Amino acid sequence: MALPKVAIDTEILWNTPVGSDVYELTVQGGGIVTQAQPGQFIHLQIPSGDVFLRRPFGIADTDENEGQLTMYYRVMGKGTRVLTALKRGDVVNCLGPLGHGFSLNAKRPLLVGGGMGLAPLLYLAKRFRGKADVLMGGRNRDELFWEKIFAPYVRKTFVATDDGSLGTKGFTTELLPKVLGNEAYDCVYTCGPEIMMRGIANIAAQKGVACQVSLEKRMACGLGACLSCVCDTANEERKKICKDGPVFWAQDVFFAQ
Amino acid sequence: MHRNPRLAVDFLGISMDTPVMTASGTFGFGEEFEDFADLAELGAVVVKGTTLYPRRGNEGVRIAETPSGMLNSIGLENPGVEYFLQSILPRISKYHMNVIVNISGSSAEEYGKLAERLDVPGVAAIELNVSCPNVKDGGIIFGTDPKAAAEVVAQAKKHTKKPVILKLSPNVTDIAEMARAGEAAGADALSLINTLMGMAIDIRTWRPVLGNITGGLSGPCVKPVALRMVWQVAQAVKIPIIGMGGIMTAEDAVEFFLAGASAVEVGTANFCDPSVTRNIIRGLDAYLKQRNLSHISELIGQLKVDKE
Repeated sequence: MALPKVAIDTEILWNTPVGSDVYELTVQGGGIVTQAQPGQFIHLQIPSGDVFLRRPFGIADTDENEGQLTMYYRVMGKGTRVLTALKRGDVVNCLGPLGHGFSLNAKRPLLVGGGMGLAPLLYLAKRFRGKADVLMGGRNRDELFWEKIFAPYVRKTFVATDDGSLGTKGFTTELLPKVLGNEAYDCVYTCGPEIMMRGIANIAAQKGVACQVSLEKRMACGLGACLSCVCDTANEERKKICKDGPVFWAQDVFFAQ
Repeated sequence: MHRNPRLAVDFLGISMDTPVMTASGTFGFGEEFEDFADLAELGAVVVKGTTLYPRRGNEGVRIAETPSGMLNSIGLENPGVEYFLQSILPRISKYHMNVIVNISGSSAEEYGKLAERLDVPGVAAIELNVSCPNVKDGGIIFGTDPKAAAEVVAQAKKHTKKPVILKLSPNVTDIAEMARAGEAAGADALSLINTLMGMAIDIRTWRPVLGNITGGLSGPCVKPVALRMVWQVAQAVKIPIIGMGGIMTAEDAVEFFLAGASAVEVGTANFCDPSVTRNIIRGLDAYLKQRNLSHISELIGQLKVDKE
């Protein structure tokens, strides 16, 4: 039996820039905090007449003692632009926790994140209590402010940037075969641009390592009712990213078409 | 539980705790909202548009936010009537809600077949979707041609004992003509409006935002159009009307009752607030109480218009 989802008004504790056009948003998360699992998301109502639908954000961290819920977002469009203007004490309605999160069974997990895809992986790293390594990719040094944020929760960190301004120059997919060769990881968890995740999933499959991916698509209800965010699966059945996902086993959603 | 005396209605012979229903395609099969809405308190849940065979729906981007509303082009994705009857209907019976099945066919005969398959216990009524703008064979022809609409109604009526509701498309020149055709063909009620056809363009890529190019517009932006059409249809027919289109609040619903609706459906608002129906029901009751009205029926069609 799934725990009940809630839609609650939450007070913003901070909403501050952590990188260029990237913000950390922490709210007093009430009952959502104790139920949240890594990989699940919050469907946030941005209080503005200009923003009609909710916006989904992956849960990046929780603090059960303080009842805090943290998300990160990049300013991409109207909704996130309006969101940046909110301040401490402002109230936003949070619907969640939604969807199915990551499997927590790995003994030696490797997290592979690209850009903002690192946000939900942070919560996963924390839950693995130092068992996980992380491979992070971004366009440049500025995008990988994540390195410091992940540091307390992971064993090893591997970094790739497109321009070489931090870590190895290149993509995470170029670094992954070497990383997988050095250590006996039993599961790869990836979140980021779809093209990156497909590449990561391919390499993991070649090396015989299980892989979970976290998908993203425009959604309206977040509850599996509107069918806006469906994806194709290997057995030809369509799945709802909001409800059946957002986390899937790679082979179920990335397959030869 | 005691029924609310101000809101309980008998609509088309269906006993409803309130005249507030949820619109097809916006509320799944009801179960998705069990944590947020009192399903049994709703007049009915009009479930996702159902077809004779499963449909995969449209490819690509399916929704776009627009000023005070949204476009959708889901394309009638649904598991088909047999799966609905075998798996879904038994599963949702525990919620004790009235289930109205919205059906869509590519011929009048298909509507007849669907109506016949759904003439089973647990289904309270049939809503004929003759106005889905998002599929080539989804019935928009039946929604824009009075003769075709009448044929669909006649086929459905012939094959079921359940009440048959004709859902009207706003994408017509004369909504009253469509309403009269439905009534003459034997429809027990009319529901309106379905979505208005629209589109959105991405100016960075010069491409349509939606995979299907066009989609159906819904949300508060369509409310004035919906109200106007409900009012026009109320002048044109005697059968009851279910009003919908951009209802977000109890006040919005009151407007529809005054325009002539006997019941309302809440659609897109469920996406913004999954417990919106609860608020609308409470708000309606408070409004009636505040106006010293003993029953919702005292609002229906009571719009005051100065005669020349």
